[in-house]
Amino acid sequence: MSTVDGNASEIAVAAVARRVESTSTRRPRRSVGARRLRWAGWLFALPAAVMYGVFVLAPLGSTIQYSFYDWNGIGRSTFIGLDNYVRVFTDPDLLAAVVHSFVFILFFSIIPVSGGLVTATLIRDIRSRALSTTARVLLFLPQIIPAAGAAVAWTWIYSNDGALNQLLRAVGLGAVARPWLGDFDWALIAVGIIGTWLSLGLCTVLLLAGIGKIDTSLYEAARLDGAGWWRELFSVTLPGLRAEIGVCVTITTIAALASFDVVFLATQGGPGKSTTVPGVEIYLLGFTQNRVGLASALAIVLMLLVLLVVGPIQRLFRERS
Amino acid sequence: MKTSIGARIPGIALLLAAMLFCIFPIVSMLSAALQPQGTIPQGISWPSDPHWENFAAAFTAVNFGNLLGSSTIYVLGVVPVAVLISTMAGYAIAQLRIPGGRVFYILLLIGLTLPVEVIVIPLYYQLRGMGLLDSYFALILPLIGINMPFAVFWMRAHFAGIPGELSEAANMDGAGPWTAFTRIQLPLSIPAIASLSLLLFLSTWNQFLLAIVLVQDPEKRTASVALQSFVGKYGSDLVLLNAGALLIMIPTIIIFLILQRYFVRALLQGSVKG
Repeated sequence: MSTVDGNASEIAVAAVARRVESTSTRRPRRSVGARRLRWAGWLFALPAAVMYGVFVLAPLGSTIQYSFYDWNGIGRSTFIGLDNYVRVFTDPDLLAAVVHSFVFILFFSIIPVSGGLVTATLIRDIRSRALSTTARVLLFLPQIIPAAGAAVAWTWIYSNDGALNQLLRAVGLGAVARPWLGDFDWALIAVGIIGTWLSLGLCTVLLLAGIGKIDTSLYEAARLDGAGWWRELFSVTLPGLRAEIGVCVTITTIAALASFDVVFLATQGGPGKSTTVPGVEIYLLGFTQNRVGLASALAIVLMLLVLLVVGPIQRLFRERS
Repeated sequence: MKTSIGARIPGIALLLAAMLFCIFPIVSMLSAALQPQGTIPQGISWPSDPHWENFAAAFTAVNFGNLLGSSTIYVLGVVPVAVLISTMAGYAIAQLRIPGGRVFYILLLIGLTLPVEVIVIPLYYQLRGMGLLDSYFALILPLIGINMPFAVFWMRAHFAGIPGELSEAANMDGAGPWTAFTRIQLPLSIPAIASLSLLLFLSTWNQFLLAIVLVQDPEKRTASVALQSFVGKYGSDLVLLNAGALLIMIPTIIIFLILQRYFVRALLQGSVKG
């Protein structure tokens, strides 16, 4: 998820583009020969369909299947119905993982989108081209580096001798200094802030693009009416960015619920289980504890959670009424 | 648009703070990486005598040459194939209007929100069954498949914006779908293909979860996995660790700085397409 890794930024596009196709018009029917040609067209789609089928749909089917079995990955498997699912919803560690991923929505999504909104407005108001380009490049940098790099950087900042404690001691708050990622109360927030760092630039850049499309006469009109910065933000900028905000919220929310890279690399879910998320638990259960069935049930729950959360977000931001 | 300088100062200060927040971890790493080896760095402090040679030591410690090589193999294995077959599929759905294309497309959209954690366990057993585990193919093949939803989605959106009359005119001139595709459609699609390639490059280069599960061989690591094993080995040597981490991050940072405009444009195109 250095990305809100590559993958997440890819999903970016989904939401907005979906709107277009509903408006595209159907063309009239064509002749029989043309229809045969249309079937031949499958030759173009076939390689993509095969790769997707073999390496995404087939494993997805297997995950669903595994989730109903008790299997250690080697020996015989036993059908146990919904027991794995019951376990997911009653095991305190696994429930905690789900709760943490929802806490991450605040850090990966809500804070970066609000922050990105403010930052994008500020960049737009800047007259200096050099400063605005520098700002865009710097803000976007976290999006580019591998999550492992982000984890190394932040683990060092949060460590006992790291820059955060140095800063706190410098301003006389030495008493609160601590190894942040090792602290049961603070580790979750500390990891969340790494997520904020990763998402902020992506949101800023996407929202900046949206602001560029808002009719400047709207701003002029607002100024003539004596609107201040806040009024302008709520009456012109926010309504004009509805679709872009939807995209940002969608990608970053998926990144929060499905987080793995940063959490695994920074804390492995620890200390204890205080920062664990479903992704980390799936990996640990599936590959270090050989509880393939349980891991698969958790995976399916994760998939459904993403759909349950993203669906309403899509509807909320879809069309301006 | 006249605002007094005084009114703009808080805004600029806020923006500078945001920029500082983004660059801070990198500066903190650089400061640690330049300390004398064997010392324990304390927070951020610019060394009076920066030890740039630490990067040379890290270069050997992470086996950087090998790492660049294997990462390049993954990128070359994934990106061209994924781009080609997704372009063909996007063309088939949007322009050739293949029967059942809509169902296929909806199936692909489902994959768009699917976290990779959901399929990583069966993928492991599947590739083990194919005897591919630990080979370059163990990562290349699944990555091509996993990128299909986004890539086809991207290319379909592009081809949907090209008037169908163009293919029909080519048809009348006796060009088959393949000729129309290579001669007319592909040249028109270069910008869309370029931005797609950039995004796929980035996600392949930075791939982590699939890489740690499917490829155990340290000679065939991606950058992220290399960094992780580096943390395991040198976790206590903060100077070398930070130098190594920076080094591993440098290739993508350089490419980003050179192509920065295109990266941003790639993302923008995505959101503008709507």
